[in-house]
Amino acid sequence: MSTNVARVLVCLEEVGAEYEVVPVDMTTGEHKSPAHDARNPFGQVPVFQDGDLILYESRAISKYILRKGGSDLLRESNLAESAMVDVWLKVESGHFSSTMSPIIFQCLVVPFLGGETDTKIVQENLEKLKTALGVYEARLSRFKYLAGDFVSLADISHFPAAYYLLGGSHTSVLDAYPHVKAWLAEVMDRPSVKKVVELMKLPSA
Amino acid sequence: MAVKVYGWAISPFVSRVLLCLEEAGVDYELVPMSREAADHRRPDYVARNPFGEVPVLEDGELTLFESLAIARHVLRKYKPERLGSGSLEQSALVDMWVDVEAHQLQPPAGAIAVECVIAPALFGRERNQAVVDENVEKLKKVLEVYEAQLVQSRYLAGDVLTLADLTHFTIMHYFMATEYATLVEALPHVSAWWKGLAARPAAKKVAEFMPLGAGAPKKQE
Repeated sequence: MSTNVARVLVCLEEVGAEYEVVPVDMTTGEHKSPAHDARNPFGQVPVFQDGDLILYESRAISKYILRKGGSDLLRESNLAESAMVDVWLKVESGHFSSTMSPIIFQCLVVPFLGGETDTKIVQENLEKLKTALGVYEARLSRFKYLAGDFVSLADISHFPAAYYLLGGSHTSVLDAYPHVKAWLAEVMDRPSVKKVVELMKLPSA
Repeated sequence: MAVKVYGWAISPFVSRVLLCLEEAGVDYELVPMSREAADHRRPDYVARNPFGEVPVLEDGELTLFESLAIARHVLRKYKPERLGSGSLEQSALVDMWVDVEAHQLQPPAGAIAVECVIAPALFGRERNQAVVDENVEKLKKVLEVYEAQLVQSRYLAGDVLTLADLTHFTIMHYFMATEYATLVEALPHVSAWWKGLAARPAAKKVAEFMPLGAGAPKKQE
C-alpha cells in the first residue's frame, strides 16, 4: 500500500469516519488513465473525495479529515503548539519519509518488479536517515513527542515509512536511537495505526 | 519584541518567510548570517534549527524552522484569511496547493533556476543543460495543470489570495529570470497570475532582497 494512502487511512481511523477505499491499480497504469486524471491531474494516489470536494496531497487530506472530525491532533486552537506540529510535519516529509522512500523503493519495489536493489542508493539514504534520527533522538530525549509533550499528526505521519523500516532489513539502524525506537513503538501501538497495518498486510494492498 | 528571522535573504526559503511577514504587515528584524562563513553550522544556530538550515524565526518564546511551517505560523497569527481559516474546504485547498508547489513545481523550476542563475552566480560553474532540459519537460506538464486551475479560479485555492499563491513567489522569481520564463508567458492564466503576484508591494520589496534574478543575463535570441 502506498505510504501516502496509509497516512490518510490512519487519520480516517483516528476520527472514526466511515470511508470506502476505491483501488487504483498502478501496476496497470490506472493512475494515468483519463478517469484518474480528472481526479488528480498529477496522476498520483491518494485522491480523496468528500461530497463535491476532491483533494490530493496526503498531508492536506489528512489535515482536512482531522479538522472535520474534531480531532486535536493538529492543536490549531493553540498558536505555539500548532506551529510545532507544522515544523515536525515538514521534518517528517523532508527528512524522514523522503529518505525512507528510495530505501523502500530499492528494497521492496525493485525486487518485486524483478530488478536488483541498488545498494549504493540504499546506503546513501541510510546515512541521511541516521543524521535525521540523531536529531530526532535529541528531540525525543527532551519531549515525549515531536511537537512537545502531546501526540500530534507530526508523530502519526511517520507511521507509513516507519512500518516499512520496522519490517525491513535495516531495522537495526534504530538500535542506536533508543528514544526514537520507543516513540515509534508507541505510535505503532495506536489502535488506528494497528488497524491500517492490517490493511497494509493484505495481498491486495 | 519584534519577530526575528535568521538567514540570508537571497535564499528563496528565507525570502518566502519575509514575504509572508511583509504581507501580514509584521515588524521584523532580519539577523544577518553568512553562508560562506558557515554561520548555519555554528552551535548557537544549530540550537535553533537542529538541521542547520535557514531560515529560523523567533517570535517571543517560539523558535521555528522549516519555511512553510514558519509561513503558516505568521499567517495564522497575523493574517489567518491567507490560510483559508474558518472554512474546512478552503483551508484544505490551500494546504493542497502549498504541497503541490513543494512537490510538483519547486523541483523542476528550482532545478532550472539553480542551473541557469544560481550555479553561475554563486557556485562559479556553468549550467548542466541536460538537467535543464529534463526539468523543462517536467515543468511544462506541471504548468498545464496550473493553467487549467487558473482558468477556473483567480488564485490557486479559489478567488482569494492565500499562502498557496504566496509560497510560489520566491522560487519563481529566480525561475522567471531565466530564458525559460517563456514557459509561463505562453500560458495566459498562469502568466496573469504571476504578474499579479509580482506586482504586489510585498513581493516587490522582497524581490529587492533577491538581486541575482534581476542581474542575470538572458540568453540572446
